[in-house]
Amino acid sequence: MSRTSNALDLHVPAPHARPGDKPDFSGWSFPEPGETPKPELDASAAELRDFAYGLIRVLDFDGNAIGPWAPSIAPEALRRGLKYMLLTRAFDDRMYRAQRQGKTSFYMQSFGEEAISVAQALALNSDDMCFPSYRQQGVLIARDYPIFDMMCQIYSNARDPMRGRQLPVMYSSKKDGFFTVSGNLATQVPQAVGWAMASAIAGDTKIASGWIGDGSTAESDFHTALTFAHVYRAPVILNVVNNQWAISSFQAIAGGESTTFAARGVGCGIASLRVDGNDFLAVYAASRWAAERARGNLGPTLIEWVSYRAGAHSTSDDPSKYRPADDWQRFPLGDPIVRLKAHLIGLGEWSEAQHEQARQELEAEVAAAQKEAESHGTLLDGHIPSPATMFDDVFERMPWHLRLQRQQLGV
Amino acid sequence: MDDPNAIPATAGNAVPMTMIQALRSALDVSMARDDKVVVFGEDVGYFGGVFRVTEGLQAKYGPSRCFDTPINESGIVGIAVGMGAYGLRPVAEIQFADYFYPGADQIISEAARLRYRSVGDFTAPITIRMPCGGGIYGGQTHSQSPEALFTHVCGLRTVMPSNPVDAKGLLISAIECNDPVIFLEPKRLYNGPFDGHHDRPVVPWSKHPLGRVPEGHYTVPLEKAAVFRPGKAVTVITYGTMVWVSACAAEETGIDAEVIDLRSLWPLDLEAIVASVRRTGRCVIVHEATRTSGFGAELTALVQEHCFHWLEAPIERVTGWDTPYPHAQEWDYFPGPARVGAALKRAMEA
Repeated sequence: MSRTSNALDLHVPAPHARPGDKPDFSGWSFPEPGETPKPELDASAAELRDFAYGLIRVLDFDGNAIGPWAPSIAPEALRRGLKYMLLTRAFDDRMYRAQRQGKTSFYMQSFGEEAISVAQALALNSDDMCFPSYRQQGVLIARDYPIFDMMCQIYSNARDPMRGRQLPVMYSSKKDGFFTVSGNLATQVPQAVGWAMASAIAGDTKIASGWIGDGSTAESDFHTALTFAHVYRAPVILNVVNNQWAISSFQAIAGGESTTFAARGVGCGIASLRVDGNDFLAVYAASRWAAERARGNLGPTLIEWVSYRAGAHSTSDDPSKYRPADDWQRFPLGDPIVRLKAHLIGLGEWSEAQHEQARQELEAEVAAAQKEAESHGTLLDGHIPSPATMFDDVFERMPWHLRLQRQQLGV
Repeated sequence: MDDPNAIPATAGNAVPMTMIQALRSALDVSMARDDKVVVFGEDVGYFGGVFRVTEGLQAKYGPSRCFDTPINESGIVGIAVGMGAYGLRPVAEIQFADYFYPGADQIISEAARLRYRSVGDFTAPITIRMPCGGGIYGGQTHSQSPEALFTHVCGLRTVMPSNPVDAKGLLISAIECNDPVIFLEPKRLYNGPFDGHHDRPVVPWSKHPLGRVPEGHYTVPLEKAAVFRPGKAVTVITYGTMVWVSACAAEETGIDAEVIDLRSLWPLDLEAIVASVRRTGRCVIVHEATRTSGFGAELTALVQEHCFHWLEAPIERVTGWDTPYPHAQEWDYFPGPARVGAALKRAMEA
């Protein structure tokens, strides 16, 4: 194509570094911990505008909790939060390796972003309904859902609560307030709004929490959810986990280059916060603020959690093909486990020895659960639920054509 | 109709109703019986819907049970899925079936599969109403019959009534059903039976026995067809507006056709189809939707699989043409009684 001097030029965003480059986060600037004020619960969306462009932070890198967002939270609760994060990481590590050993088809870690799901789960009531994406295993773990059941789901074995129908990590537990995970993206966010609307219609007190990643905010369902949440003042928290990557596409491809994902809420008239997602205390405090606002009939809150996907998108992905290997180590917001550990040690409520002991105990717990789960089979050894069950639950009662097809399969 | 006396006496007095009034009565009865039933869609609240089906419901039940939504079909279906997961029984209106496409992901990947993928942990007891079909000069975006896009999806129930009595009973069944139901309303039948003769005066429902609708609660079962017109010579399998067109074609050709009104498209009443075709030995399948990969293809295959040795003639299909629904040429597109009649003759002469 010939180009004239005044030819238009298509802008395609590119990340700060590719494989072989030195990671460079020098362009990133954040407010200091404690710098961002804490608004009243009933502040209008317009008054909150700047919060969508800043970053709420509580913990500094020495472990000090600073400023108005520092939550009052008992040390015992902090230790529980830390253990849930350690358990999530240990679980992820084991299941990642199990997939590599061929025991299942697929796995997705939440490595590096454990604080977001764990701290929000602890900030919500246990009967508030979460509509997760595929990387919120921390919510289930923090609600004490048995990791044995999670593993059986991942192995699609005889004890899989999903009977082998769902890809690994697509859990469901209504009693634990964890909506069935869908494999296609963003659909759960309007559903979270609908669930919250239903709670309001019924005059209930429960709220909903919807989850989405930075990449899938580009789906129309995300914008749909913002519109409906605003229109009906739905008691819902809409979480955008900005872990910078959607498989190989960095967040600017989803439209985060010259603005923030929290800012999506501003145009919709929704209270919108941008928060350090690797800061357990900030996550907890912002989640509590949004939950209280929702419970007070003050409407929805959109929260962008700034974090970093430390691992691969999934076991089917190889990030060494598109980003520097040491990107995460240089990410300016650090590791959420290291930061909460430093805080607890600073409080005199934790020690390196205790941390190492807890880590080892949790790893042993995961190993024991894995052994028990594998005693019921794995996808590899073929101890999967009977194919006869695959015709169940298409409808409440099985129609003639499915009975016929089950007979044809000969099961 | 099958035995019209199947409607119990508790259903109350039968009074004249159009299909619109019958659908409204179904919503009213359901909302009065169960406060978990909520109704929403574009323009359905204060205004009562562009076809007036929800008129008066907001005034009677309040804005939290009958309300307007943004123009956003993925949102309408998406919130319905969430509400169903909470425990409500949402009845969502898509203003025209032609508009459901933005909500397809929420219907296909979500509502239809929720029970399956969660092993019954979550279900979608939702009803999605949508007016379909042509005959009102709606052009290509207000005339489509997309039923085959739904019958192809496992986990959905697809229903299409042909008269006010069935419309009310089927809609109540749909609302009370714990599976997601796509409820297609042939809009050309809203105000009267329509035999395809667009150039003749409209017959109102008040002049037809199927326009006398019980005022109270009753259901018409899902998965049950009705023999709309008994006959011995040939079986016509059809639904919606084409029930009336097919019956008209039988009268005009003098062919003693048995017209089966499927009512539930999927899962369907295979027994009724098989019993009739094995008796008549001939079969004509009629729908208004486009031909290729239309629901008629599935019906043809089922008849072939279950009735082959009883057939005395090739199965005939009468459908809309494989074009978008044209505006000015609407009546050339619409498969009227002449096209159905010609197919009946071919089936008899073969």
